[in-house]
Amino acid sequence: MKLPILATLSAALLSTTALADEIWVTNEKDDTISVIDIETLEVVRTFETGERPRGITFSKDYSVVYICASDSDAVQVMDPETGKILYDLPSGEDPEQFVLHPDNRHLYIANEDDAITTVVDTETRTVVAQIDVGIEPEGMAVSPDGKIAITTSETTNMAHWIDTETQTLFANTLVDSRPRHAEFVKEGTELWVSAEIGGTISIFDVATQTEKAKIDFEIDNIHPDRVQPVGFEFTNGDTHAFVALGPSNHIAVVNAETYEVEEYILVGRRVWHMDFNRDRSQLFTTNGVSGDVTVVDVASRKALKSIKVGRFPWGAAFRPTE
Amino acid sequence: MLRTRLACAFCGMLAVGLATDVMAQIEVDIQYIKQEVAPPPTLSNLDPIPDDLGLRGAELGLEENITTGRFLGQTYTLTVTDVPEGGDFAASVRAALASSDLLVIDAPMAQLLQAADLPEAADALLFNAGAADVALRADQCRAQVLHTVPSYAMKADALMQFFVARRWDEIALIAGDRSEDVAWADTLEHSARKFGLKFGARKTWAFDADMRRNASQEVPLFTQDLGDYDVLLVADAADDFARYISYNTWRPRPVAGSEGLRPVTWHRVVEAWGAAQLQSRFEDLAGRPMLDRDYAVWAAMRAIGEAVTRTGAADAQTLRSYMLSDAFELAGFKGRPLTFRTWNGQLRQPIPLVHERALVAQAPLEGFLHQRTELDTLGLDQPESGCTAYEN
Repeated sequence: MKLPILATLSAALLSTTALADEIWVTNEKDDTISVIDIETLEVVRTFETGERPRGITFSKDYSVVYICASDSDAVQVMDPETGKILYDLPSGEDPEQFVLHPDNRHLYIANEDDAITTVVDTETRTVVAQIDVGIEPEGMAVSPDGKIAITTSETTNMAHWIDTETQTLFANTLVDSRPRHAEFVKEGTELWVSAEIGGTISIFDVATQTEKAKIDFEIDNIHPDRVQPVGFEFTNGDTHAFVALGPSNHIAVVNAETYEVEEYILVGRRVWHMDFNRDRSQLFTTNGVSGDVTVVDVASRKALKSIKVGRFPWGAAFRPTE
Repeated sequence: MLRTRLACAFCGMLAVGLATDVMAQIEVDIQYIKQEVAPPPTLSNLDPIPDDLGLRGAELGLEENITTGRFLGQTYTLTVTDVPEGGDFAASVRAALASSDLLVIDAPMAQLLQAADLPEAADALLFNAGAADVALRADQCRAQVLHTVPSYAMKADALMQFFVARRWDEIALIAGDRSEDVAWADTLEHSARKFGLKFGARKTWAFDADMRRNASQEVPLFTQDLGDYDVLLVADAADDFARYISYNTWRPRPVAGSEGLRPVTWHRVVEAWGAAQLQSRFEDLAGRPMLDRDYAVWAAMRAIGEAVTRTGAADAQTLRSYMLSDAFELAGFKGRPLTFRTWNGQLRQPIPLVHERALVAQAPLEGFLHQRTELDTLGLDQPESGCTAYEN
């Protein structure tokens, strides 16, 4: 009975040669990663991780993927080819979200239970600094020039501005309730911070650390309390932001010049984070409660498909395969 | 009277170099006053009431306020006063008011009103973190009292919404004979009628001489003449007999109220909306799960902290106006911003419906609508409140 083995082999060969880009999704309550093939829009691989995986990001050369295994108190480093955990990085307690510095070497990690931001050198695998921030740090960002890191704290309701040279705070700015996510945009001149319970995105002028605009969201027939901005990402050239609005089950398309919402797109339940494909023509959103990923066509602003993944998908990261 | 001051050992040190905003230093002293009440004897001692109930919520709220405050040059202290049974509550309140006008009160309704009606308290801000009595949100409301503990009416409405959603239309009820049991039962009955449910038999559980066997043996007999019903409500505020009702009823029916499916302020099974983080912070601090009372006290501390952060002020009048304004919102780990009702000072909040092992639902349930916010489908709405103290 050699035939079935041959068939399996050739299938395996096919699947590794027909390379398509991928979206990697962490499943918070399954302790797994679902890998979505962008060509077929199907889950092609599932990898086991530590407990409660949330934040996920690839190294700049995509040779390894970093995973916040929150309840294992570790940042795991995985080989994306094999799904094998290579080693754990020291991370401080309960790492929830992190960001990789443009130097491709330093990870800035939010330790949710400890009110600390931990800076880890991924080469020496040591903790370089720990910075006291507000309670429940979560959103993390680094400016494109690498000089400023941001931690947002959910219960203290602040964006904490870290000088990456000295690893100390140089400013603390109040935002609305439960800030969740932060991004530098427009070549690092603006910082956007979402506030889940406040229902807003605050936009800061980075040079002065002052708020220059605030975006509100309003969806017909959905009470404002349920419109809770969380993760967001920008289209090419930072012209538009796609903003996940949590339990309102919609994402907003925001014009990043006028700060006005242009459209709301219905996706899955409790939409949380997202990432784009290579040319940013498609967006993949994680929907925690419905346990799926919605694929959105960026040009037409239409939801194309829902892809079932694990339980409580949280983070999403794009991986090119060539 | 026992008074302890929990100082902030590190905040002075941490504030150095962190308070980048040029703001005036603000010191906020919060007085937490707890009236000790001896629990009535109960049939089971399986679940003792922790001695530090409420206090731990105050401590956690203080820690969180301190952390935020250190970035803004604001310091917080907490002074704890434990009034023993039969102690002079009014004297304790007077002493507290001498050093601060921000009081968190964990006491029954009578003591709360005693405190609020002191002339010294006229311009203070009092938080009710212990009394669920509906009257305190109605004709017995006081302008300087905000309520972070949900009323019995909010909890009853939460349950009834669930029954309506599940089409458990016919209700029977057993209530204890203590005054709290009767108040809770009356509120449940009123709420059931409000939601159009059929309210059938209501019996009083009096464990008197007619009941000579143990409670669980009495229950089938006792519930035999309740007629037919979909769900049996039990009103037992002291947690005396309710635990013996489940599975012992004459008809096989679910139990709710003080046993079975319970409407709560907080419970360890609440995990969503970031609650897991609050739960683990509390466990680390107290070595036990966060309970209803802890949450109500914590919410009062955090409401003060949030208002101080946003206004940069620490006086009772500024904080009160801010808390009652549209700008105020508290992130209470219940999935929506929490705000105060402007007609009676009640903190709007979702009510988790739980059993010991899991969250069953959270009210307001989908489909219960309100022109202002769905949260106002729980408890006394403006037209029915009858509170006049808030009218100016």
